[in-house]
Amino acid sequence: MKTASLPTERLRAMLATMLLIRAFEEKAEELYGLGRVHGTMHLSIGQEAVAVGVCEALRPDDYILSTHRGHGHCLAKGADVRRMMAEFLGKETGYCRGRGGSMHIADVEGGNLGANGIVGGGLPIATGVGLSIQVRGSGQVCVAFFGDGAANEGAFHESVNLASIWDLPVVFVCENNQYAMSMPVRQSMRVERVSDRACAYGIPGRTVDGMDVLAVFEAASEAVERARAGGGPTLLECVTYRYRGHSKSDRQRYRTREEVARWRAQDPIERLRRLLEEQGLVQPGEFDALAAAAREQVEEAVRFAEASPEPDPSTLLEDVYA
Amino acid sequence: MTRELSYAEAVREALRQAMEQDPGVVLLGEDIGTYGGAFGVTDGLLEQFGPERVRDTPISEAAITGCAIGAALTGLRPVLEVQFMDFITLCMEQLVLQAAKIRYMFGGKAQVPLVLRTPAGAGTGAAAQHSESLEAWFVHVPGLKVVAPSTPRDAKGLLLASIRDPNPVVFVEHKLLYRTRGPVPEEPYELPLGRAEVKREGTDVTVVATSGMVPRALAAADRLAEEGVSVEVVDPRTLRPLDTDTILASVRKTGRVVVVYEGVKTLGVGAEIAARIAESDALYHLQAPVVRLGGAECPIPYNRNLERAAVPQEEDVVQAVRQVLAA
Ligand SMILES: Cc1ncc(C[n+]2csc(CCOP(=O)(O)OP(=O)(O)O)c2C)c(N)n1
Ligand SMILES: [Mg+2]
Repeated sequence: MKTASLPTERLRAMLATMLLIRAFEEKAEELYGLGRVHGTMHLSIGQEAVAVGVCEALRPDDYILSTHRGHGHCLAKGADVRRMMAEFLGKETGYCRGRGGSMHIADVEGGNLGANGIVGGGLPIATGVGLSIQVRGSGQVCVAFFGDGAANEGAFHESVNLASIWDLPVVFVCENNQYAMSMPVRQSMRVERVSDRACAYGIPGRTVDGMDVLAVFEAASEAVERARAGGGPTLLECVTYRYRGHSKSDRQRYRTREEVARWRAQDPIERLRRLLEEQGLVQPGEFDALAAAAREQVEEAVRFAEASPEPDPSTLLEDVYA
Repeated sequence: MTRELSYAEAVREALRQAMEQDPGVVLLGEDIGTYGGAFGVTDGLLEQFGPERVRDTPISEAAITGCAIGAALTGLRPVLEVQFMDFITLCMEQLVLQAAKIRYMFGGKAQVPLVLRTPAGAGTGAAAQHSESLEAWFVHVPGLKVVAPSTPRDAKGLLLASIRDPNPVVFVEHKLLYRTRGPVPEEPYELPLGRAEVKREGTDVTVVATSGMVPRALAAADRLAEEGVSVEVVDPRTLRPLDTDTILASVRKTGRVVVVYEGVKTLGVGAEIAARIAESDALYHLQAPVVRLGGAECPIPYNRNLERAAVPQEEDVVQAVRQVLAA
């Protein structure tokens, strides 16, 4: 793991964002346990380095398309934790006015064109965003996040091909967390790596350690610059792991505790912390203060959300135009 | 012997008995093996029948639908689980343009004995892309049968009949019904497709309710009985072919009708039911205009209160019955 000669402030910011995502999701889990959340949710605890490493390589005006496991992407792209928490709790002050919930949080102004309830659902849309960027000549880039499971949808293959033949400024970021719900990657595809599929579409494919935020950042930067320069799409696979079950109803019969423990030993937040402490970029005790600050930000968001009004049922049909 | 089972257990028992009786019955779907299915319906079947017959598939809805069609064309009786009815949109081409048309296009020389099981409906807070009730889309397709049981007993008997049917069946299960319990005979039995059932007899008003709306209609009928109103509840059970006779007989008897369904009101199943009443002599028996209660004209929202407001509730049925009585 290398610091890639990044300024200390940026490294600390990446650490802080990972801590914020972790704190948000731990709180989400707690609220769910208390019966305060309607519906389901998908936690990305363990995968924070992918969201943060990729979004760190983006400009504020770049776009992302997210997935059902999208809390991390949304925060890493710069969303307001308070409005996110309000959406999570179905409040009128949430990003989607309580209509979307965890699986549909979108921060359109911030360039997040939405989490998605449909596996692979964002991939074709990303090609259209790429087309728009190309036609407008705006120099932006679009990142499409998706899971290993989504790589088996027809939409994945059709989208990568389209982006390839038109040199669209899209970076396809596969978060390979080893499972699609209960389906292990090794049983759902014969290729060693998801990135091996890039060669079928004549584009670069690369696999990186998705538990190493700096490795993700470095690879994402290269792909983003290539896309921005008109060089077309890249398929970037980040190898990672979700610590929690697929959703709250998962009994996790498809994996062992030992396997989870092995991956947790690679924890992306701990790894960055150790590196920064070894290099003297974070002082002893400072990490705890950063973690506490992240938790306090989330507590503040919960207070905001809880004080916010519920949507009024009389507004059910607002935004229905046909 | 009859004992109590949940709706999910009744579906599972039908699958198990069909697989025990016919080695050609195979299950396909996402997370139906080790996981036991997203709603636990196929729990234990992998252990009993092995991975050859209980196949976990990648997330490839178009391909697995076609795979089931190909298997059905050549001697198997596949039962495909589509994890949420919303995702059936990814199966559409294979289901609508292939499965539904093959027997007819091939001059009757081939058959597609396939069942696509899928959970529908709102009420779980899963929001716009996991709460759809799309059954009307398939009712619109000649060549597909559409079944939507509302009780454990109906679920088992109709699923066994669907699996043994030589034609493609879309079998709609309702998420909120999975945990409801009721009497189910232990031995294998079939309930004929295309036959409605009067779930409660009454004389003042007919409520035709489908799928997850049936228990709400029955609860409303209980409440109205306390006010001295006698409600007859008819459950079509199969939406295509639709048992028009049973519905019309009830309407002729009561002269007032409310149709309740969860899908979006416009062009939902209830639109067809109302049209069939209007086309028949039962029209002359009506003492009030038909009232339709359907899903609101919007995607299903996440917030709990909005979600409730988007789908007919027991209270809405009570109000609608009072409305047809007052007319
Ligand atoms: C089209 C479609 N099929 C199935 C599902 C149900 N489902 C939701 S997430 C998921 C697993 C997705 O796996 P992956 O793409 O690897 O993402 P991960 O959950 O691991 O982040 C499944 C099967 C869905 N939401 N959409
Ligand atoms: Mg995955």
